[in-house]
Amino acid sequence: MASTRSSLQRFSAAFQITPLGVTMLLFLIGPVAVIIWMSFHKFNGFMTLDELTVANYVKVFTKTLTLDNYLQTAKMVAITWVVTLLLGFSIAYFLVFDLIKLRTKLLLFMLCIVPFWTSGVIRLVAWVPFLGKEGIINQVLIGIGITDEPFQFLLFSEFAVLLSYVQIFTLFMMAPLFNVMARINRDLIEAARDNGASSWQILWNVIVPLCKPGIAIGTIFVVSLVVSDFTAIRILGGARVGTISMSMSNQIGMVQYPPASANAMVLLVVLLLIVGGIMRVVDVRKQL
Amino acid sequence: MKDGTKAKDSKGLSRRAVLKGTAAAAGVAAAAGVGGFPTVWAQDIKDITVRTIGMAVSNMVPLQDMANEALDFQVKQTAAQIPDIQARGLTQPKSADLFEPPYMLMKFMWPSGNFQAWDTTKLPQWGAVVDLYKTSGKIWPDAWFGHGQNPSMVSTTSDHLATDFVDPGSTKWVTNHPVLHNADTLGIRPDLIGRPIESWSELVNPEFAGKSALVSFPAIGLMDGAMALEAAGQVPPYVNKGNMTREEIDQTVGLLIELKKNNHFRALWSTFNESVQLMVSGEVVIQSMWSPAITAVRAQGVPCIYQDLKEGYRSWTLGHLLPRHVEGKKLGAVYDYVTWYHSGPAGAFFARQGYYVVTPDNTKKYLPEAEWDFWFEGKPATVPIMDPFGNLMEREGTVRDGGSYKNRMGRVAVWNSVMDENEYLTDKWNEFITA
Repeated sequence: MASTRSSLQRFSAAFQITPLGVTMLLFLIGPVAVIIWMSFHKFNGFMTLDELTVANYVKVFTKTLTLDNYLQTAKMVAITWVVTLLLGFSIAYFLVFDLIKLRTKLLLFMLCIVPFWTSGVIRLVAWVPFLGKEGIINQVLIGIGITDEPFQFLLFSEFAVLLSYVQIFTLFMMAPLFNVMARINRDLIEAARDNGASSWQILWNVIVPLCKPGIAIGTIFVVSLVVSDFTAIRILGGARVGTISMSMSNQIGMVQYPPASANAMVLLVVLLLIVGGIMRVVDVRKQL
Repeated sequence: MKDGTKAKDSKGLSRRAVLKGTAAAAGVAAAAGVGGFPTVWAQDIKDITVRTIGMAVSNMVPLQDMANEALDFQVKQTAAQIPDIQARGLTQPKSADLFEPPYMLMKFMWPSGNFQAWDTTKLPQWGAVVDLYKTSGKIWPDAWFGHGQNPSMVSTTSDHLATDFVDPGSTKWVTNHPVLHNADTLGIRPDLIGRPIESWSELVNPEFAGKSALVSFPAIGLMDGAMALEAAGQVPPYVNKGNMTREEIDQTVGLLIELKKNNHFRALWSTFNESVQLMVSGEVVIQSMWSPAITAVRAQGVPCIYQDLKEGYRSWTLGHLLPRHVEGKKLGAVYDYVTWYHSGPAGAFFARQGYYVVTPDNTKKYLPEAEWDFWFEGKPATVPIMDPFGNLMEREGTVRDGGSYKNRMGRVAVWNSVMDENEYLTDKWNEFITA
């Protein structure tokens, strides 16, 4: 009787994961397999030939362009990560510890989601009238006499791209942090205070260590979002910021699927290594 | 819409003919009313839908409505961006019945074997198509041949299902039935520049540092850069700037990187709308542009000129590629659609958008003389000039930017092309982006 039940349970578990499994197979594993297959095809500049080769990978690893692309990408990731972490942590801390009413907390949390009610492209384009040469910010700065010439770096620049990353991706850092912070047992903080810890010590020795899983999850989100973006670079960066995704996008635009696929696979491996590294350092599952 | 009424009559006739069971004969008779081309399948052709996919500049509701009004079957147009058109043509050729890629993609698309050639003997309007595609590669004997991939190089193939390119006129098989062409040049903001602009060299003039832009499509952006650098005397004349050698690419990109480091280029635009926005906002005063983008800028009340430059134009063609899966009645419908396209009404429609359908003699039949003189002859407007959507574009007395058809399409310095060093060029372009 007991064995029937457990096999039934096992069957039911398999049944439950089937939809997700099929979805992942069709829309994740399948396409990645196609990209891997494509990346080993010979390319003659116009046509993908039915001939297997590792030449695309050799090119990826021998071009100085690859290194330049990754350095530029790493720079964008690093800056975005630091800023979103500081902002995300502060906002989550404020929501969890400084506010008392649950309703206020949830209301303010919902406010952070409002920008996501519009499409991603609209969120980006909306910056243009603010940041342009004739934009609101420059008009104000010229109007109050801070500058005579409009600041050009505000738009079609790395700055504009980073600004949009911070605006949009801070939520992805803040939400997991909010989640882990909300579960911190207040007694721990009380106990630390009773033992004479200063506020700074409590933050650094109690709260931050307990937030590590949230930081890890937020980091995975932010890193993969920044690395894969090229829309913000097109719209706010004037297509002038040379990240690895921008290079791939240009290759795809010129129908160079095999070299672009090789680039994509290398990037995928790099991302998996980063995620794997984070998982090793922080036990994310503990907090899920 | 004289033509539309006629078409409706013929539709009614063919439906009655089905009832009578004398379909074939009536179909031919009905078709004779439309434009003289044979519509032998008219009895059940109305259930057929011809699905086209092309760029937004030529796949739009007003044109689709015109086609549906004039033809016995349905036409469904889908607008997409260039990479999507080529990707679908290469990987899902059955997803459309007619692909409308630019000629510059022919070296990618034609050898794929996904497409069949057009039999020009079954295209009644083929005779009206300009010589550019049929024989000499020149619209007029005194026209420039131009650098890069002149359309005549890829317009003809050896057989119905061949994948090669042969000399134009040597067979009856055409690869990519030309639809539209136009000549591109730089767009400028005359009010913000305040002096005459006569040469491509102005694109790289330090005077416009931080106020110029390039299109972000690697091959085209590089050619615009090359036109400017060559005109400015910063590079020796190119042997063929539409098909550069590695050394020429290196040299050109090197100079573009220097310009970029001096913040010469305010932005690189990827979509039509971005180029409009750059110009309207005044972020940019001189840049690569497409003709309808100029119209869109002016429509917002901002002065903008498609500047005629002494070095000539960078030109392009859109064509119709016919996938191999199209056969039987649908094939007949597609031939009818293309024939209608070249019979005149569409030509008049696109003329008002600033484009030229490749059968100008037929366009002339459907365009009032005053408009013909403005759009094709480069004469000052004698009537208010309207765009295809009925909005006022130009008042009396104005002259079209770049003047006559002959001045523009007769002075093509370079054709939009994908170069032999395509992969190398894209890498170099990415270096330019990254620098």
